[in-house]
Amino acid sequence: MHDLTIKQLTAGLRAKEFTARELISHFLARIERHAGALNCFITVTHEQALAAADDADQRLRAGGGGPLTGVPFAHKDIFCTGGVKTSCGSRMLDNFIAPYDATLVLRLREAGAVMLGKTNMDEFAMGSSNETSYYGAVNNPWDKARVPGGSSGGSAAAVAARLVPAATGTDTGGSIRQPASLCGITGLKPTYGRVSRYGMIAFASSLDQAGPMARSAEDCALLLRAMAGFDARDSTSIDREIPDYATGLDRPLDGLRIGLPKEYFGEGLDAGVAQVIDEAIAGYRSLGCNVIDISLPNTGLAVPVYYVVAPAECSSNLARYDGVRFGHRCEDPQDLLDLYQRSRGEGFGAEVKRRIMIGTYVLSAGYYDAYYLKAQQARRLISDDFKRAFEQVDVIMGPTSPSVAFKLGEKASDPVQMYLSDIYTIATNLAGLPGISIPAGLHQDLPVGLQIIANHFDESRLLNVAHRFQQETNWHTRKPDGFAE
Amino acid sequence: MALSIDDIRRIAHLARLTIEEQDIPRYADSLSEILDLVEQLRQVDTQGVLPMAHPQDVAQRLRADEVTETDQRARFQENAPLTEAGIYLVPRVIE
Repeated sequence: MHDLTIKQLTAGLRAKEFTARELISHFLARIERHAGALNCFITVTHEQALAAADDADQRLRAGGGGPLTGVPFAHKDIFCTGGVKTSCGSRMLDNFIAPYDATLVLRLREAGAVMLGKTNMDEFAMGSSNETSYYGAVNNPWDKARVPGGSSGGSAAAVAARLVPAATGTDTGGSIRQPASLCGITGLKPTYGRVSRYGMIAFASSLDQAGPMARSAEDCALLLRAMAGFDARDSTSIDREIPDYATGLDRPLDGLRIGLPKEYFGEGLDAGVAQVIDEAIAGYRSLGCNVIDISLPNTGLAVPVYYVVAPAECSSNLARYDGVRFGHRCEDPQDLLDLYQRSRGEGFGAEVKRRIMIGTYVLSAGYYDAYYLKAQQARRLISDDFKRAFEQVDVIMGPTSPSVAFKLGEKASDPVQMYLSDIYTIATNLAGLPGISIPAGLHQDLPVGLQIIANHFDESRLLNVAHRFQQETNWHTRKPDGFAE
Repeated sequence: MALSIDDIRRIAHLARLTIEEQDIPRYADSLSEILDLVEQLRQVDTQGVLPMAHPQDVAQRLRADEVTETDQRARFQENAPLTEAGIYLVPRVIE
């Protein structure tokens, strides 16, 4: 049952091949068996899931239900789930029971999907390896000595090991696409503004975007349709029609113009990864696509710009954790300053503190123009590169990550090396563009992801291009050993 | 861009973060390295480039000034570390 796609699961439920209770119980048992070894869940909502399954069965018997009724999935622990612990991977929120539901949580519930639990993640989504979590690192199901990527590492590992057919993620600089690449699954970061940020714990508000992580583009299409849409509670939500992503998936790709930015294939890219990507591009050529060499000349600025903009926004967003209204509070504060400083000092881990301090520094008096304003200007240069490119091509392709999954601990003590592992994903966040990572092959028995980037609001095209590849190849059905039972 | 021990103390204070004394040199090193990475931006010609704060360059949406939320203080205070009679308690600030 755990190898079925979401489309097959919904069909099976409606044809009464199995009940939602059987389905949910099956996945809960798998989580019980395997999640400990991967450390991919922070909370498993066993009882709520079974109650929701019974509710789904009732609806299905009555011939009702939504598009995802009875389909199990997990939420990244960054989404507020009313009445359920929402930690954001941090000691700061270890005791936090969300008092309300995020809009995305509500939408998926209304579509009928059944939450099985909350997945592990880098603390406050700051990391590329899932090693900054207060709850410990997540192991990659393909090789437990390696990282699953981050920050949505728990979601990626859980989907790859078939512990859930799908999970939600968030992507600020690559946090859906990079773990999807490293774990061999399909992960989509929609256009900024497509999916509501209401109730999604904020890291960098001008970059954060939620999206689906699943095993195929087809499943991502079904999930995105349920997740996306205008929300008056998110002031940056975009009021635009949500297409039925599933209907356009089969469109032929004849004449599709694919741009290959030379900057995504240069120094720093692992040769084995490059070979897998080249083969995938060759596959697209044989589907009738035109491959065009392009340049995104300001690509090198993306990481430096990101490490000004994201920490600046993070230092503002995380100012709310003061030990007064919710979250961790230190023992016996001497005065208000002591209360703030020690509650924050104890509640946040090292990477979060680093980013808060960088953000505080670049926004401090005398440095604002030199760092923050300059970074915002360079951000426009990066965005303009894409604008020019999309006058020439329909989609842009390249590797998602410069290497396959690296070893646990390999980059943990070197923040700059860790940051550079997001070199191909960060620019799309700065420009607000949608991007997807799909499994394109293996190198040294580890998954390699192909990244596809489209113009604003062109998720339909992205999913179509990804789906056509998955119709011709079976890389997305490859799975790690050891999770058959 | 090398940050000194005193810089780290000053930034940590601005950010209201306690940093253990023995950890300060480590933060000075890693923050300096990150700033070195960021320094590349100095060489970029951005004269006349409009700063970009939002990916879609749209204006902030405004709503009518009407009450839309109900009082949920009791529910929200369930997460508070210390309250009394609906008030959040902090150490005494006025003697």
